[in-house]
Amino acid sequence: MEATTNQVELKVESPKKKMMKEMFGRFFQNKLAVIGGIFTLLLVFMAIFAPVIAPYDPTEQDYAKFLQGPSEENVMGTDELGRDILSRVIYGARVSIQAGLISVGIALLVGIPVGLFSGYYRGVLDEYVVMRFTDALLSFPPLVLALSLAAVLGAGLQNAMIAIGIIFTPNFIRLMRAEVLSQREREYVTAAKASGISDFKIMFVHIFPNCLPPILVQATLAIAAAIISEASLSYLGLGTQPPTASWGAMLSMGQGYLADAPWISLFPGLFIFLTVLSINLFGDGLRDALDPKLK
Amino acid sequence: MIHFLLRRLGLMVVILFLVSIIVFSLVHLTPGDPARMILGQEATEEALHALREKMGLNDPLHIQYLNWVGDVIQGDLGNSLKDNTPVLTVLLQKLPVTIQLSIMSFTIAMLIAIPAGIISATRKGTPWDYFGTTFALSGVSIPPFFLGILLIFVFAISFGWFAPSGYVEPWVDFKKSMMLMILPALSVGVRLSAEITRMLRSSMLEVLQADYIRTAYAKGVLEKGVVIGHALKNALIPVVTVSGLQLATFLGGAVITETIFAVPGLGRLVVDAILTRDFPVVQGAVLFMAIAVVITNFLIDILYSVLDPRIKLTGGQS
Repeated sequence: MEATTNQVELKVESPKKKMMKEMFGRFFQNKLAVIGGIFTLLLVFMAIFAPVIAPYDPTEQDYAKFLQGPSEENVMGTDELGRDILSRVIYGARVSIQAGLISVGIALLVGIPVGLFSGYYRGVLDEYVVMRFTDALLSFPPLVLALSLAAVLGAGLQNAMIAIGIIFTPNFIRLMRAEVLSQREREYVTAAKASGISDFKIMFVHIFPNCLPPILVQATLAIAAAIISEASLSYLGLGTQPPTASWGAMLSMGQGYLADAPWISLFPGLFIFLTVLSINLFGDGLRDALDPKLK
Repeated sequence: MIHFLLRRLGLMVVILFLVSIIVFSLVHLTPGDPARMILGQEATEEALHALREKMGLNDPLHIQYLNWVGDVIQGDLGNSLKDNTPVLTVLLQKLPVTIQLSIMSFTIAMLIAIPAGIISATRKGTPWDYFGTTFALSGVSIPPFFLGILLIFVFAISFGWFAPSGYVEPWVDFKKSMMLMILPALSVGVRLSAEITRMLRSSMLEVLQADYIRTAYAKGVLEKGVVIGHALKNALIPVVTVSGLQLATFLGGAVITETIFAVPGLGRLVVDAILTRDFPVVQGAVLFMAIAVVITNFLIDILYSVLDPRIKLTGGQS
């Protein structure tokens, strides 16, 4: 009699790979988050390829066509200088996305190392300087502080991004510090210390990657808030300066024509709303996928 | 309790000190000459010299700071460059307007958020819940100035129900004052309500899992009684305290809303002062708002420790 042996092939998946697979699975189950992600990607695409997509030059004035409603020629109508609103909305996406990414980038660049050092070393510097300084910065109404900083630094997109970056920094310092505080008590940190690895390497090579998920979620949601802040500064005349197309400035210019030409304000406003909503949906989905307990 | 109070008070003093340094730095430590920044590039040398003397800009920086803080403690925030009025007088004139806006906004926010949060939590997973959470997320995502413009377009221009802008003191004409303030209050209130709805929903969901809720149901208490009488009371504790902490966000929102609706409050004052480079007013208003936030946070910490004794036991440490 011939003995048969069932050969079972065991596919062993690494825990990291399994975790990633589960995370992506959870994310793609959340339809709203996927829609948010797709819309955000489309906006980024629109911003990058604005010169190809936009039907007209966004700064080109045509007084023969001023304040015209939506038509086949100008899908979203024209403004008080006869400029095409659709083209300005498309180019405005560049400003908004750039402002969101760069200002949050500034906040991350400062917030991550400060939070990392503060949480790892703790002590008087952490408790009485870093933490109290973040408390003090968080005591200011964010928009008021951004406005004052933008006024002092001078109106313009670059200074607006710096101002917004500064107001978001304390949030990242606090979040990073809180994450480091929980990580530094873990066994892998004790083991790394015992094997003589330098503090710098422990912080940046071992602890930092483990703190990334909440930072990533917070950064995504902060991009949405930064887009609103830039649009607010531009609305008040301290952000992007004319003739560059920016959604906030377009809303402000159009407010005077709300009764006769509401499309000047409504289209850019709608785009800010949809952009922020999709980034928030994407961020919420990311948070739920990374930590389902938070749902 | 005394130890907790003293610790919190000490922290508040440290934060106020740092707040004062930040506000002072806004004008004095930024690159360039503060006098030129205030008077603009076209200012004459004489005008610049006179302003430097007047503001004590020729003194060493720490002396300038000590002089400024000394004046602030005595209630002297300097004078407006526009008409030489004391900054404190200007702030106190504008404060009642912003207080009226905040009372109306918080009332609207609570009127929307409490039912929306309760329905969302008790009907989790139903269309009601999706409606509540979508409203909350949309409310958080809509920029305050776009919401303001939408409200003007719909209710003032299209339907003609309200005036698009303006302000009348309530003691002059109460009805007109309320009518003029409804749209600005809605603009701030809807956003606040969205944040509170999100908070109340998650707080209610947590409370509804508690043992005492199950016990209440087991005793035969009706759902309405359990939700309103037992769950809401406890779910509201974090919501009320965190709503108070929204003061900073509220003041930021008021800046935009007051500008859109031409409401002459603190927010509009800051924007006007920034655009006209009236830096003593900017400094004074920003300091005033930050102090209000710090004191509110302190009072909320105390209130929270009274409502939730576990905070006291840890000495308020995070």
